[in-house]
Amino acid sequence: MSQSFDDISAQLKRRHRKSARLKWISMGALGLAGLFLVLFFADMLVKGLPAFKQAQIQVQVDYSEQASQLPLAAVNEDVRSLVSRGYLRLIPGRMEDNPELLGSTRLEWVLADGQVDQYLKGHHSKLKAGEQAVVDRLVEQGRAELRFNTTFFTSGDSKMPELTGIASAAMGTLLTLLVTLSVAFPIGVMTAVYLEEFAPDNRFTQAIEININNLAAIPSILFGLLGLAIFINFFGVPRSSPLVGGLTLALMTLPVIIIATRTALRSVPESIRHAAFGVGCSRWQVVRDHVLPLALPGIMTGSIIGLAQAMGETAPLIIVGMVAFIPDVTTSFTEAATVLPAQIFTWAGEPDRAFIEKTSGGILVLLTVLITLNATAVVLRKKFERRW
Amino acid sequence: MNMQVAERSSAPMSGQDRSGQEGPGQKNRDQQRGQPVTHNDDAHHELSIRVRDLNLWYGQSQALKGIDIDVFQKNVTALIGPSGCGKSTFLRCLNRMNDLIPNVHIEGLVEMDGRDVNAAKMDEVALRRRVGMVFQKPNPFPKSIYENVAYAPRMHDLVGRKSDQDELVERALRDAGLWEEVKDKLHQPGTSLSGGQQQRLCIARAIAVQPDVILMDEPTSALDPISTATIEDLMDKLKQQFTIITVTHNMQQAARVADYTAFFHLGEIIEYNDTKTMFSNPHTKKTEDYITGRYG
Repeated sequence: MSQSFDDISAQLKRRHRKSARLKWISMGALGLAGLFLVLFFADMLVKGLPAFKQAQIQVQVDYSEQASQLPLAAVNEDVRSLVSRGYLRLIPGRMEDNPELLGSTRLEWVLADGQVDQYLKGHHSKLKAGEQAVVDRLVEQGRAELRFNTTFFTSGDSKMPELTGIASAAMGTLLTLLVTLSVAFPIGVMTAVYLEEFAPDNRFTQAIEININNLAAIPSILFGLLGLAIFINFFGVPRSSPLVGGLTLALMTLPVIIIATRTALRSVPESIRHAAFGVGCSRWQVVRDHVLPLALPGIMTGSIIGLAQAMGETAPLIIVGMVAFIPDVTTSFTEAATVLPAQIFTWAGEPDRAFIEKTSGGILVLLTVLITLNATAVVLRKKFERRW
Repeated sequence: MNMQVAERSSAPMSGQDRSGQEGPGQKNRDQQRGQPVTHNDDAHHELSIRVRDLNLWYGQSQALKGIDIDVFQKNVTALIGPSGCGKSTFLRCLNRMNDLIPNVHIEGLVEMDGRDVNAAKMDEVALRRRVGMVFQKPNPFPKSIYENVAYAPRMHDLVGRKSDQDELVERALRDAGLWEEVKDKLHQPGTSLSGGQQQRLCIARAIAVQPDVILMDEPTSALDPISTATIEDLMDKLKQQFTIITVTHNMQQAARVADYTAFFHLGEIIEYNDTKTMFSNPHTKKTEDYITGRYG
């Protein structure tokens, strides 16, 4: 007995309803995930964007003989507590560098104290009522405003929120990643090439393969312990340095690069290898001239993603001492340094509320760099994607 | 009629205790072994590759059983037989491409130019330089047409100056009948060509290093009839310079292009014969069944 279309449609209705329900649930999940993402970004932007502006006030700076000894004397008493002490501290030095300043009095825009900044941004501040009145008057006269915060991008860490910046952490990240890349990339790629193209398939190589896959799943703080034990305690690499941080992150990035490279090598069709062997290439020539060039986009993508992962890593670096107070931007591989996520971590622990926006601002910078890196990876993959 | 088969089935045994059997009959039989049943008077008969008692195992299963064959220079020798009968496996024994497959075990003699190609001291790179290969699916390198041809000669140090290289590329492409079609786009990717052109590019790549032998593993099975005809004409022309051994599923093709044909079945050579004789008057019943389409 064959069924009529009506009979079949009646049965199908239930199945269609079921698939429609599943579709809605999936879309709901996606929507929820998107919502969280948007909330996160919005929160970061709202909290972090103010960090890119900093209060400045216009005051009379009196470069007197007295000011070169006692910088506080350079500004008038009524606005003295509103000017950043960090700025005042620089006055004697500036006077030494520019002798013609001596004796002059200039109207200058100077960095305001962090509390003034918080007051102008409408946050809670510790300014007394009198000081608030002075700031209000300055604003009315157009002598106090929020200006673009170059300090944030040019200076290192500081205990004064108006003087903190991410430059030393950014330089630390750059140096650390350079070490990571130059160690992990060649070792990772060559390991993968050996395992994929040369190694015989036996118990031993299978064990290595399983262990590499396991390494990728190890909690990153354990790599920090490993780095501490081996690089610092055994080899005596200076602690807190980009060198030890980079080496530690290289340990962590290696499995990622190895796995990505093996996948890329495996996706090169066997026919290319046969063609190359067929014209008399040695195994190494097959790899160098034919397989590696085809696998390179995949390898680069994997490595960039591995690096991005390493860049956001904090836990192993805490162990090797890279969470440090670094006020100066250093370009040495062996001196103490810190990295962006560690800097964010440090700021997050500061009691001063002005550091909240610094923390969020740091996160925004880190996110921007990470998104740029990942986008580069995607673009590279799209650009070099080949069909055979 | 079945004499050939009977003799062949005893061959592996005699191979194993060859030392104990150096009788007067042995020499005679050795002369018989590997020879075609009927001689093709139009063909050349200088020995190119001599195969004796070749056995091959993939793990536990034996894929080639006591293969004996003499392949002659500057002929087209076709290998036919049903799927899985060992023709391609045998072909890959001749340039040691089976080395790339794990768990392959080979016994027996494959001799070229008086040298055992499976000997430990035989460099497979040197062997593949003299025994080129064309594959079932066209597999040009994902490089330019020019580079596809120039790569191997440059790698083997056959050319020094750029002008020599240009000349060699042109000659190889001309010999492969592709020059006129690609001379204006030598720097476009090889993969941009049509299937038949790609296969001729692969042939040009193989002949660019001036090998002695070209192995073709079903070179036309992925091509349309017109491209197939072009390749067949090409094989006919190339055999003046090269020894061609081709695997084919297409019996008409074997009949058209081959001087000698070997019929493989279940890892053995059932019949090795002059092509015309094999297709008109096969020596064994199995061959007759196969070529008349009764199985396979």
